Amino acid sequence: MQLATILRILGLLIAIFSTAQLPPLVVGLVDGEGARPFLVAFGVTLVAGFLLWLPARRARAELRTRDGFMVVVLFWTVLSAFAALPLLLAERPRLDVAGAVFEAISGLTTTGATVITGLDTLPRSILFYRQQLQWMGGMGIIVLAVAILPMLGVGGMQLYRAELPGPMKDTKLTPRITETAKALWYIYLSLTVACALAYWAAGMSGFDAVAHSFSTVAIGGFSTHDASMGYFNSPAIEFVAVAFMFLAGINFALHFTAWRGRTVLNYFRDPEFRAYAAIMVGVSTITVAYLYASGTYPHPFNALHHGLFQAVSIGTTTGFTTTAYAAWPSFLPVLLIFVSFVGASGGSTGGGMKVIRFLLLVVQGMRELKQLVHPNAQLPVKLGGRRVSPQVVGAVWGFFAAYVASFTIIMLALMATGLDQVTAFSAVAATMNNLGPGLGEVGPHYAVVSDTGKWILAFAMLLGRLEIFSLLVLFTPWFWRR
Amino acid sequence: MKIIILGAGQVGSSLAQNLASEANDITVVDTEDLGLAQLQDRLDIRTVIGRASHPHVLRRAGAEDADMVIAVTNSDETNMVACQVAWTLFRTPTKIARVREAEYLNHPELFGGDALPIDVRISPEQLVTEYVQRLIEHPGALQVLDFAGGKVQLVAVKAYYGGPLVGHELSTLKQHMPGVETRVAAIFRRGQPIIPEGTTVIEADDEVFFIAARGDIRAVMGEMRRLDRANKRVVIAGGGNIGRRLAGALEDRYQVKLIDHNRRRSSELAEELGRSIVLLGDAADEELLLEENIDHTDVFCALTNDDEANILSAMLAKRLGARKVMALINRASYVDLVESGEIDIAISPQQATIGSLLAHVRRGDVVVVHSLRRGAAEAIEAVAHGDPRSSKVVGRQVGELKLPPGTTIGAMVRNDRVLIAHHDTVIESGDHVILFLVDKRNIPEVERMFQVPVTFL
Repeated sequence: MQLATILRILGLLIAIFSTAQLPPLVVGLVDGEGARPFLVAFGVTLVAGFLLWLPARRARAELRTRDGFMVVVLFWTVLSAFAALPLLLAERPRLDVAGAVFEAISGLTTTGATVITGLDTLPRSILFYRQQLQWMGGMGIIVLAVAILPMLGVGGMQLYRAELPGPMKDTKLTPRITETAKALWYIYLSLTVACALAYWAAGMSGFDAVAHSFSTVAIGGFSTHDASMGYFNSPAIEFVAVAFMFLAGINFALHFTAWRGRTVLNYFRDPEFRAYAAIMVGVSTITVAYLYASGTYPHPFNALHHGLFQAVSIGTTTGFTTTAYAAWPSFLPVLLIFVSFVGASGGSTGGGMKVIRFLLLVVQGMRELKQLVHPNAQLPVKLGGRRVSPQVVGAVWGFFAAYVASFTIIMLALMATGLDQVTAFSAVAATMNNLGPGLGEVGPHYAVVSDTGKWILAFAMLLGRLEIFSLLVLFTPWFWRR
Repeated sequence: MKIIILGAGQVGSSLAQNLASEANDITVVDTEDLGLAQLQDRLDIRTVIGRASHPHVLRRAGAEDADMVIAVTNSDETNMVACQVAWTLFRTPTKIARVREAEYLNHPELFGGDALPIDVRISPEQLVTEYVQRLIEHPGALQVLDFAGGKVQLVAVKAYYGGPLVGHELSTLKQHMPGVETRVAAIFRRGQPIIPEGTTVIEADDEVFFIAARGDIRAVMGEMRRLDRANKRVVIAGGGNIGRRLAGALEDRYQVKLIDHNRRRSSELAEELGRSIVLLGDAADEELLLEENIDHTDVFCALTNDDEANILSAMLAKRLGARKVMALINRASYVDLVESGEIDIAISPQQATIGSLLAHVRRGDVVVVHSLRRGAAEAIEAVAHGDPRSSKVVGRQVGELKLPPGTTIGAMVRNDRVLIAHHDTVIESGDHVILFLVDKRNIPEVERMFQVPVTFL
């Protein structure tokens, strides 16, 4: 392991990350309150980064795959630790270490689960900082999923993509990774700007529009209000949110090819997008129809905008709420939580197991059934008319098994801390799928969870965000053997 | 005509055989001397050994004064280069090449113009595939041939007891089907042709050739026999080029199963095909066929490159309950052998492909040629040109044309409109005339009728 090189990279990352404290600092200075924690955090982070970087600044060894895992995991853990600093230092809200780290990880992993109550009364600098964390996390995820993970060979979907022809072949969209990252950055930025403008046009204040555009495009779910999107009570804003959540849940590689080729046809050629769109439309329809039929909302329009918003918000693992959806007839919240397991597309800012993996599991399952009827038939697993290699299918099954196993263990651990079953189940689902709000006691916020529980859930968020394997690999003995 | 045929494979040699009998000077070029020697023994042709694309080989084959080069070697690339050489070095007027690879065919701009000088591309596999496909689309037909881009079709059916027209005179056809226009072009009774007249009575077991617009085919067939129900389940044995193309063409409308015994090939096929089910196994494996419900199969097509395997697996499928079986048979002698037996339709790839080449050898403006009854009969589509003074056909009624014996005019296509020929129909310049010749020896006479005298130009 190239420890020195890793330290150098990490030091640089932390030093760069210290600048993340500057925008909220400016907000704090303008408002005249809540600037101090950011100033301190900025100094500490910068110095810490510099101290890490200094002794290792000459290390320039070639990074191996193993080092890649290390960097990726450290990126999220160490940055989360530093990101927790200003939250810990702030006077309002008063958070302990567990709470601050939980909040920071929830931000950077774009989960959107919060331990803070009374958001509406907090200094705007803190609010802005939380939104900004999600936005940065979202960017990190895109680069991670589209540019870094393929290099490490983790996850079925990257392998699968590499075998597709045409526009989909571009796992690396451009020959050089920095170019790819830059292109994705532009797309991410333009989506954010468009989203902010749309919110503003729909009636949000400038601050709220920018803040919510951050957490929408990142599929995060943090809000500047306790009532989340429900605060605005405006169907127009909800429809804007639905549109941008849907867009952000699409593979960014598709956005890139669409933008480069000036066409939208490539979306409809992509089997993952088709499945994603079908799931969203299907779940929204069920939700709206059930809400109306069950009499939860007697007025059809209310059923429509609440149902559509909640279905897309939970389905893409964003986690905004317009209403206490946990109080809906219990079929719906549970349905939506299960949809969040499928989550958004691979290569998007969303969480969950990703549509592409789910799709492969379904296709493979159908294949097995067909094989029973035609024992002699040659039945390759095909997606978009192309064969998916058995290794990829195996990897996806492995991922699924690991996901379920991790889920079970974490849920049991959580129940051991004293939570009831519905709360534990939904809390683990909401964190591992990077969704945010759960059901039961953790419906509105996570302040009720014990410190141990918070640590466990923070781990679950990282696990989900790092696609399980890239985090679990660090816990294997082979990884550490020289 | 001086014609050079490159490649003495199945298409090349049957082409040589067909053309040599029509007073053409044929030279066949191949790298293997064995096949050439056999050909030369049987036919009155010249043979040259060597690589078809090499200039000196072409020169030895007489490329300098050849009228036509037909490149049908195994390799697309050799065929294309040979045409290029023939054009650049020898200015051969007509160049025909077999190009199979879809990669090339998908880019028509590669051919003609300032690109590859190939006047006509033929793809035998494609032709055979279309031939089989038409048979599957018209259950009960022995042959279905397209004219004028498919607007008019010539269909051969066997008449059965129970068909409304069977046992009646042809002239009653109009009363049976007032709205439908058709013309019976020929009837073969126990292998002997009968020239149909209004008073001819159709008997059971007659092989009837009729011409009608595409949409009327089914109605006319219903006159000759009890209509078969539409095909739905198709089993194809053999995943070669033909089997693969056929499965691809049919899979959206039919339930297609494709059997191939090669593991690698079958997994390639499974990847390429969408809805077809690719089965790995032997097409003559009784258990496999039973497991895949052969007894509920509408059509079983044996399309491997092995005649014997095709015949045997088709017979087995028929015995196990397949409603209709077809076998691809290269050897002409086998075709006669099996058609009287359990196999419903023997498909001769040569006969299916030779027509498209013959169309270019014919004098006069002949656009389509279909070879029938192992080459003894022929159906052609010729374009009438000129005016009543210069042409022997333009401006005349069908009834007053001096057609050679055994020749009937079935239909005409005028400005995309289908006209079924009557005695008093007048042929105009530009009409596509579809003729049926019971005896191929009369071809030169028909050619002369449709040739325009030089003075007209």
